[in-house]
Amino acid sequence: MSTFRGESELPTLIYTGAEAEIYLQEWFGELAIRKQRIPKSYRVPVLDDNIRHLRTSHEATMLREARKLGVAVPTVQHIDQDSSSLIMDYIRGRTLKMELHVAPKSERRARCRALGELVAIMHSGGIVHGDITLSNVISQGGKLFIIDFGLGGFSKEVEAMGVDLLLLNRSIRSTHYVFHTELFKSFIEGYSGVVGTRSAAEVVGKMREVERRGRYFERG
Amino acid sequence: MGLESTAHTFGASVVDDSGQIFSDIRDVYTSVAGSGIHPREAAEHHGEVAARVLRESLKNARISAPDLNGVAIALGPGLGPCLRVGATVARSLSSYLRIPLIPVNHAIGHIEIGILTTGTTDPLVVLVSGGHTAIAAFSGGRWRIFGETEDITIGNLFDMFAREINLPSPAGPQIEMLAQNASRFIPLPYVVKGNDVSYSGLLTASLAKLRSGEKLEDVCYSMQEVSCSMLAEAVERSLAYTGKKEILLTGGVAANKSLQDKLEKVAAIHNAVCYTVKSPFTGDNGAQIAWTGVLSFNAGLVVRVEDSHVRPRWRLEDVDIPWRK
Repeated sequence: MSTFRGESELPTLIYTGAEAEIYLQEWFGELAIRKQRIPKSYRVPVLDDNIRHLRTSHEATMLREARKLGVAVPTVQHIDQDSSSLIMDYIRGRTLKMELHVAPKSERRARCRALGELVAIMHSGGIVHGDITLSNVISQGGKLFIIDFGLGGFSKEVEAMGVDLLLLNRSIRSTHYVFHTELFKSFIEGYSGVVGTRSAAEVVGKMREVERRGRYFERG
Repeated sequence: MGLESTAHTFGASVVDDSGQIFSDIRDVYTSVAGSGIHPREAAEHHGEVAARVLRESLKNARISAPDLNGVAIALGPGLGPCLRVGATVARSLSSYLRIPLIPVNHAIGHIEIGILTTGTTDPLVVLVSGGHTAIAAFSGGRWRIFGETEDITIGNLFDMFAREINLPSPAGPQIEMLAQNASRFIPLPYVVKGNDVSYSGLLTASLAKLRSGEKLEDVCYSMQEVSCSMLAEAVERSLAYTGKKEILLTGGVAANKSLQDKLEKVAAIHNAVCYTVKSPFTGDNGAQIAWTGVLSFNAGLVVRVEDSHVRPRWRLEDVDIPWRK
């Protein structure tokens, strides 16, 4: 997000993600983020339109519900279905993926513990994120915001929670493999602190089961 | 020499240190229409063709057995009975000729033959076959999985669908052909979870559409369209996450033109380039094992005959890759 220099350049494209372009723009005098889901040439148009529209309105719903549970998320200001766009508050900070690369050990662990608590709060409240990676958590000096709820959903099923943990676990393992064990342990500590050790163990067990289902998992 | 016998193919190939492939002989077991690969029948097939495939492989390479410097064997992952046939042949060669036995992971073989035939250097690998649907990138001495299927593989999806319509496995090419004559797109469940995909619901829904009277061609087209789009989206996510500039499509389903086309589009969006493993090395083959064997052997990896157990569920992310940095 370093390309932004002044408001004269607004709106400006600050990030191109896998499914959306993120613009920084002005919204009634405040800096805001526009997340615009772009058409994908690799999908047939009828399928593509359907997916973009559903995810846009769905993401707004999920953000609102997560906020109700007390999880810090960007506030949605406006939904523009003509361009499959959401206008949201701009969160100043850096991704947890970046922060974990540079943070000292105690901070690394504290962040993962805090993230564990947030994910547990969502799960207890019946929300699964569906795409929880270290890139989808923004740290604002240690305060964690969760973003990108486009693949989220309402579920009380252990399976869906297990998938959340699997995605996060793999995200840590793939980019922070040196600290992987320590970071995931801290995450689980935070998670257990909210839901209790027995529920946490159940979700972790499901995570391992889903991972095994991905075929060719070597046992023992 | 490398031997492949993890699933439906028995293959033997001779390669040298420079990656030149001197022979690539295979014999593929085809299931009877309407049923999948039967592990024992496939193993029997391998046992029957092994001697001939070996002989032809040596003959095509214009060498005789004592000229071999080592024998590489795919010890997994795959179907137990099939793996044991290849392993038995490889152990015999190793003992009789007194040459080193080199253990190779079949999935790593798909990746290495892909890299060898495309000249990629640091790709995001998309490994698609009957046994795998995985997205991986190299880092810290191993291939790390960024996304994969949470239930059945894309190859399974095609084969299990094919079984219901009385086609033999592997059925990808027939389904692709049927899809070309489709006239409309039928909406089917599209399930992407992060960088993962899930195909079991798509299989059920596709079969239900077929039973409800939809045209076979339309169902094949829609199932192929949805399954490949889902994977393309998962690949796009992984590409954005890793920032890689090359995609390497490898494995049996890499031959699917619709999938190639979609991944090329994904690559173009992110200023990357998509490479597909060169034909005929999409499907299982001995060359992928032989070449990975060369790389392994040069890195000092060999196994004693008595320790050369087959590993039906050997995960590619558990394999140390000392020859890559």
